[in-house]
Amino acid sequence: MKTRFMKALVTSVVLGLGATSAASAAECIAPANPGGGWDFTCRQIGKIMFDIGAVDQPIQVTNMAGGGGGLAFTHVVSERDDDADLIVAASSATSTRLAQNAYAGMTADQVRFVGAIGIDPGVIVVAADSPHQTLADLLNAVVADPSAYTFAGGSAVGGFDHMKPLMLLQRAGLTDITKVKYIGLDGGGDAITQTIGGFTQAMTGDMSEIVGFLASGDVRALAVLTSERVPGFESIPTAVEQGFDVVAGNWRGLYIPRGVSDETFQMWAGRLQQVADSAEWKEAMTANGLAPFTLVGNDFQGYIDNLIVEIRQMSKDIGVIQ
Amino acid sequence: MEIMQNLAMGFSIALSPYTLMLAVAGCFIGTIIGALPGLGPSNGVAILIPITFTLGLDATSALVLMTAVYYGAMYGGRISSILLNIPGDEPALMTTLDGYPMAKAGRAGDALVLSGVASFVGAFLATVGLIFLAPMLANVAFMFGPAEYFALYLLAFCTLGGMASNNQAKSAMAACIGLGIAMIGVDNSTGMPRLTGGSLHLYDGVDFLVAIVGLFAIAEVFFFIESHGKSSSIGVKLDKVRIPWRDIYETRWTMLRASLVGFIAGILPGAGASLGSFMAYMTEKSIAGKDGGFGTGVAKGIAAPEAGNNAAAGGALVPMLTLGVPGSGTTAVLLALLMTLNITPGPTLFTDRPEVVWGLIASLMIANFVLLLMNVPMVKVFVKILMVPPWVLLPGVTMISFVGIYSLSGSYFDLLLMIGFGALGYVLRKLDIPTVPVILGILLGGHMEDALRRAMVIADGDFIYLFSSPIAIGLWIAAIVGFVAPMFLRNVLKKPQRITD
Repeated sequence: MKTRFMKALVTSVVLGLGATSAASAAECIAPANPGGGWDFTCRQIGKIMFDIGAVDQPIQVTNMAGGGGGLAFTHVVSERDDDADLIVAASSATSTRLAQNAYAGMTADQVRFVGAIGIDPGVIVVAADSPHQTLADLLNAVVADPSAYTFAGGSAVGGFDHMKPLMLLQRAGLTDITKVKYIGLDGGGDAITQTIGGFTQAMTGDMSEIVGFLASGDVRALAVLTSERVPGFESIPTAVEQGFDVVAGNWRGLYIPRGVSDETFQMWAGRLQQVADSAEWKEAMTANGLAPFTLVGNDFQGYIDNLIVEIRQMSKDIGVIQ
Repeated sequence: MEIMQNLAMGFSIALSPYTLMLAVAGCFIGTIIGALPGLGPSNGVAILIPITFTLGLDATSALVLMTAVYYGAMYGGRISSILLNIPGDEPALMTTLDGYPMAKAGRAGDALVLSGVASFVGAFLATVGLIFLAPMLANVAFMFGPAEYFALYLLAFCTLGGMASNNQAKSAMAACIGLGIAMIGVDNSTGMPRLTGGSLHLYDGVDFLVAIVGLFAIAEVFFFIESHGKSSSIGVKLDKVRIPWRDIYETRWTMLRASLVGFIAGILPGAGASLGSFMAYMTEKSIAGKDGGFGTGVAKGIAAPEAGNNAAAGGALVPMLTLGVPGSGTTAVLLALLMTLNITPGPTLFTDRPEVVWGLIASLMIANFVLLLMNVPMVKVFVKILMVPPWVLLPGVTMISFVGIYSLSGSYFDLLLMIGFGALGYVLRKLDIPTVPVILGILLGGHMEDALRRAMVIADGDFIYLFSSPIAIGLWIAAIVGFVAPMFLRNVLKKPQRITD
């Protein structure tokens, strides 16, 4: 029994190593190393699709890190354009980079966006011992003396986490946003650690990154960047209700290759809808600080097209692209 | 006595025939993964994650299997370091320095058993440390800002000089090559690509696993080809395996000290097991002084890095569990597994999900004992896997290197890059330039630069900020002493032996 079990395991290792194993199993590419948001999307959606019977075989997750998702995007466009068994994890970072032309000339219309089934709301947090009690407190202080404040975030300079405080500060009346100091760390956890340690004055990130720290009382969330307060986190005020009209969230979803049939597109949209409706996904969303945001099929494609136009304009305004 | 109760609860979760079987299987697979050059703990665990879903394992069973693989891979890395002079994974790099010379001196069995015991001590103490100190130690991460991290990495580079070669200039040059390679990729502080030649493949920089496998395994193959297979480095014979009680007894303090150093290095996010084994080795080398004979195959030179890297593996779990900040590549993968199981690590995990934490700790303990039993009496089994003739082994190593690297990124570009590193490794060894500092440069250079750049952003370019805390100042002093002292002590210190041959 034991040897058989081990043989099975060893065989699986070998199969797993082969990366592209059994033809009938669908594949989900997470365009980053294990451990991040895209990896979570692939593993969680893949697991639930299998658990609720939307697919017959477990979905195999492939990590393809590189170029902030650009490598996977190029790979899908140039080598897998008609692969009906392929899904790729995507998020606001994908649309931001496409809008900023950061995928080496690739454009959003070279793939099909299937849907998003959850949004990770943007947040601005400070350490529990920070003197700033409200978002207005913090933003006014930064406007008065930008050099005394550094924001920490989990994305690189020019990324989505960097944009959130810039958008807020613009509305708070800061004219020269290039004066705002921002350091990009290797993830939201690192950024929050630096903020609690007092090395940076505020952290800009996603709700999922701060859930554990909120519960432990190490940090105070000044604002959530959604239009309504987030279920389960009703005590955190929105930026909108504090007078700063910024809504920014990190949606979690999928894209598939351009060349597949409309039936395939609808099939994946349907499966994604099934996951969105499942109790397992609702549980996973609550546990990870995601807010409900379901948009699948053609509606989502339209949403993405508008989003990219908007982000491109915003990036030009704040000088990230020409 | 709350800890004992918690621990008892943990064992009641983790100690069933089924989970024990999973632990044994995980340890066995992990050891093999660790021993195979190129396949390290992080890709090993990543590859096996889908299996936990296929087998329909619950959260605890999945954790037992994965932590067993994790610890197993940390143990296994030493086997190919000692027998082939190829580190099985990046933390086992330092074990080659004394392990391989000892094996060449006909004491391969002793080296394997001793390193197995040292691994056990390091892992055991780290797990005990995790039990007692995790909630407290979580705060250490809050004390390390950009300035402190920069000083820490500086310390690592400053003590690098006299380590790997009898010529400090060559070591420094090698470190600079490594630092240069580390600069390739998108600059984190501006978002601009550097030295990429426009290739998307290089935007994320050079993966150090690609560099390690190229510099060690592929370079080894080139040397093998050059010698037409006559004088391969795998001339190490393993006869009867006995337990070298005397060596174990003599290295008892080394193991304890190295475990402590490794554990602390593991706790620091981003530092990880490689820094742990490196720091442990350098500490012991400086304590042993001129009579230590480090680099010639001494017992302490094997015990220190192995205790250090296994302790760091345990230490790396502290920030992962308490802050959700992985301390190493492998813990990042374990983090992914936990998230998939709907467990979000963070400051409240210990109070919210005690059964997960204590089940995990109990399974670490179980894995550790299983590994000791597996690696000491059964070491020959693993050695057999590596003791096939060179003309079979080296093509096998090449194949595994290629498959292992391909599984990391799924990109053939990395394979070409790996061959390029193989050629570089061949040239460097011909010029008698050590390759270890190159690797450390690639491994730590990026972090060091990021820390400096962040410090400069925060301080508006004011360099005084780098000396703004007692921790930073202490690390700076240690770094300067570590760099200057060998120059004055050169005539007193016995010159280290050449390690590449």
